Amino acid sequence: MNNSMMNHKLYTAILLLLVSQWMMAQDVLIKNGTVITITDGVKENTDVLIQNGRIKSIGEGLSAGDEVRVVDAEGMYVMPGIIDAHSHIGIDVVNESTAPVTAEVRVGDVINPYAVSIYRALAGGVTTSHAMHGSANAIGGQCETIKHRYGEEDPEALKMEGAPRTIKFALGENPMRVHGEGQGIQPKTRMGIEQVFRKAFAEAQEYASAWKDYNAGKKQVAPAYDVRKEAVADILSGEIIIHCHSYRADEILMLMDVLEDYGVNQICFQHVNEGFKVAPELAAFGASASVFADWWAYKFEVYYSTAYNAAILTKNNVVTSINSDSGELIRHLYHEAGKSQKYGDLTDNEALKLITINPAKQLGIDDRVGSLEVGKDGDVAIFSAHPLSIYAIPQMTIVDGTVRFDIQADPIDMRLDIDPEEEMPAFYELDAHDHHRCMEGVFEELFMHQH
Amino acid sequence: MKIIISYIIAAILITSQLASAQQIAKTETGSFLLRGGTLVTVSNGTITGDLLVADGKIKSIGESIPLPAGAIEIDCAGKYVYPGMIDGGTKLGLQEVGSVSLTSDHNEIGDFIPHMEALTAVNPNAVSIPVTRVNGITSALVVPSGGSFPGTASLINLVGYTPDQMYAGFKGAVLNFPATGKRGWWDRRSAEDIKKEAEKAMKTLDDTWKKVKLYAKINAAASSDKKALAGYNPSMDAMLQVANGTRHLLVEVNKEADIKAALKWIEKNEVNAILTGVSEGYRVAADIAKADLPVIVGPVLSIPGRQSDKYDAAYTNPGLLHKAGVKVVLRTSSYENVRNLPYNAGFAAAYGMGTEAALRSVTLSAAEVFGVAGQLGSLDEGKIANLFVSDGDPFETKTDIYHLFISGRKVPLESRHTLLYDEFLNRDPGLKK
Repeated sequence: MNNSMMNHKLYTAILLLLVSQWMMAQDVLIKNGTVITITDGVKENTDVLIQNGRIKSIGEGLSAGDEVRVVDAEGMYVMPGIIDAHSHIGIDVVNESTAPVTAEVRVGDVINPYAVSIYRALAGGVTTSHAMHGSANAIGGQCETIKHRYGEEDPEALKMEGAPRTIKFALGENPMRVHGEGQGIQPKTRMGIEQVFRKAFAEAQEYASAWKDYNAGKKQVAPAYDVRKEAVADILSGEIIIHCHSYRADEILMLMDVLEDYGVNQICFQHVNEGFKVAPELAAFGASASVFADWWAYKFEVYYSTAYNAAILTKNNVVTSINSDSGELIRHLYHEAGKSQKYGDLTDNEALKLITINPAKQLGIDDRVGSLEVGKDGDVAIFSAHPLSIYAIPQMTIVDGTVRFDIQADPIDMRLDIDPEEEMPAFYELDAHDHHRCMEGVFEELFMHQH
Repeated sequence: MKIIISYIIAAILITSQLASAQQIAKTETGSFLLRGGTLVTVSNGTITGDLLVADGKIKSIGESIPLPAGAIEIDCAGKYVYPGMIDGGTKLGLQEVGSVSLTSDHNEIGDFIPHMEALTAVNPNAVSIPVTRVNGITSALVVPSGGSFPGTASLINLVGYTPDQMYAGFKGAVLNFPATGKRGWWDRRSAEDIKKEAEKAMKTLDDTWKKVKLYAKINAAASSDKKALAGYNPSMDAMLQVANGTRHLLVEVNKEADIKAALKWIEKNEVNAILTGVSEGYRVAADIAKADLPVIVGPVLSIPGRQSDKYDAAYTNPGLLHKAGVKVVLRTSSYENVRNLPYNAGFAAAYGMGTEAALRSVTLSAAEVFGVAGQLGSLDEGKIANLFVSDGDPFETKTDIYHLFISGRKVPLESRHTLLYDEFLNRDPGLKK
């Protein structure tokens, strides 16, 4: 180990020590706030007690022992920790763009607990996010639902234990560009994309039935193990929830048809800018939708979009969430949810469901998070004003009962991983445009030459 | 009577056909009396009263203004009237679809091309223009991008069939000041390489500026002798007004050290400058205030430039600059979501700037910086009628806009986004064939 590496380790150790002391797990009593439960109305002057990482009770005039940290929330708004059903923060790699089907790769293998973007998300009240594979492939990698336990060093510690497995699918321009235009192989069109799914599903079905026969003793020799087919078979058996990057109405309908043929019914369409055009079909299928508040026009397939998408989907009874897909936007999802009141006049509770219980449902974790209910995880965000107001400033964010962000004790530099040889951290001119990480890992070189 | 009814039916048919073809209704001209609203003038406080729009201007403001013959009265009781917002830096109308390069008109080839006119390439029918203005943004600076001198920016109003009809009276040449930051997460140049490149760019800039000044001197001498300069030199011609200080140079600069270098360069060369970008302005706010230069900051909804920065550095930057005494204008730098200008301003307001100053930054301050405060930026008699009527603070997402006027024309509150909402909210047929 050379000197600089030792320094590095030392710096990191000191920082982690500081951070871990400051983030001591403790029971918390939040007093006298306006408590927005999401599932049980809004309660004035109400307390929330978190014990052993879970919500122990919600009510007026709660008291607790001396060991409990008391947070005065008078004049403030207390809501469940915000959930982002589509992000790429806290991971080292986004795309395994080498084949149209890469179901075997796992985002869970590339979690980066040092990413400061996790802290910045906490400073926007976000406690859980869906760390997704990118959209280069029709069937991309498996995603990971993470809790924003910033300060923990072990990547495993960020994974939300018990959260269902999920996988990224992608339709339209991205897989067409990467594989068809980029490599001259299918899919180059939306016709090709349909057949990529049908082929992958058919092969996985054969694979699963071959194993079934072998396990039932009908065959003497075991089939060759195939980790990719294994993963696709897990989709068909309903063990993995599909989260599908999609934009156009026709491709959304196509995938629902394919899924129907294979008896798969758990799907959340991601981005789904033209979801509003097929809202009745989405509702009838039982598909959910995770959308941007107002992003559009960044490519041709989102040119015929409307910021009223979330409202139309909600009013058609499609379980809808608003996501970030961005290290910038994840910091103000409460504001993004507020835009659904500008575009479509959703009620306060409808708007807040877009960033709490609805994304929780889409990730299959609504029994644990997404509302303030006794027994649920102690994930709470406290705001200075109503979270749908532009003037709301997040004050404190609690994950499993641990205060991970506190505006009253918020050091400027929150990095956990510091290069001691760097005099001053680099300045990034274009970080503001940290949009659409869905294609990261595919086009860096292109970007480099463009600028 | 029958004829009138058939006219009405025909009119309804035409209107409904237009709606299904997703065409936006026409703007209307005329006189409009906004009766009894709360007028947030920005220039002279907030008053309750009437405002008359006529001949494209704010004709009068007062109490109980009599309804002129032919004027349309609009009841604004319980509502608020605001001056239209001005975005200090966009690509509105210069980019239609992000990933389709042939729809992009803001980035021309060449490093010294100040004669590239953003106004030339503004598409008056860009789909994003109505999408923007229905949120109360009535003017925007359209800015070219690219090399060191990528072209000349123009201020436009968001109504008109031709760029000339939209032109709002300000032009400024753009300078991308040599930057020593990394361009993005994909930039793998070493610190040394970045430094070398910036030094080279600085030398090129100094050489270019010397040539510009020399050209201006020769040109002035020639024109005092009533002679024209021989040869075709459009890029130098485009810099003549910048060289003599009658046209602003919009100096794009973000990193602390670069801002300091830019301030020195501007002082040394006596440039009439406006700083743009200015992400790390808060680190050198006193220096900028001392130099007495206005800044166009944004987007406010940005992540900080450095991993070590406080999470809210971009939110607090405009407020800190304002408090240091710098005149602050805001920008979105967007083409499709310029409509988020009020929310950028709202975040600036919440994170230290205050609502009043933030509102001024996107209205009157912008007009002042662009030298058009005689026509835009506040509710004052004689100014161009760029204004909107809302049911509250336009920075709040809950607030709705009820009426919109740009260049004195009543603008329909329609955009592709509203038309798609109207068509698809209750889709017919629904599930059945």
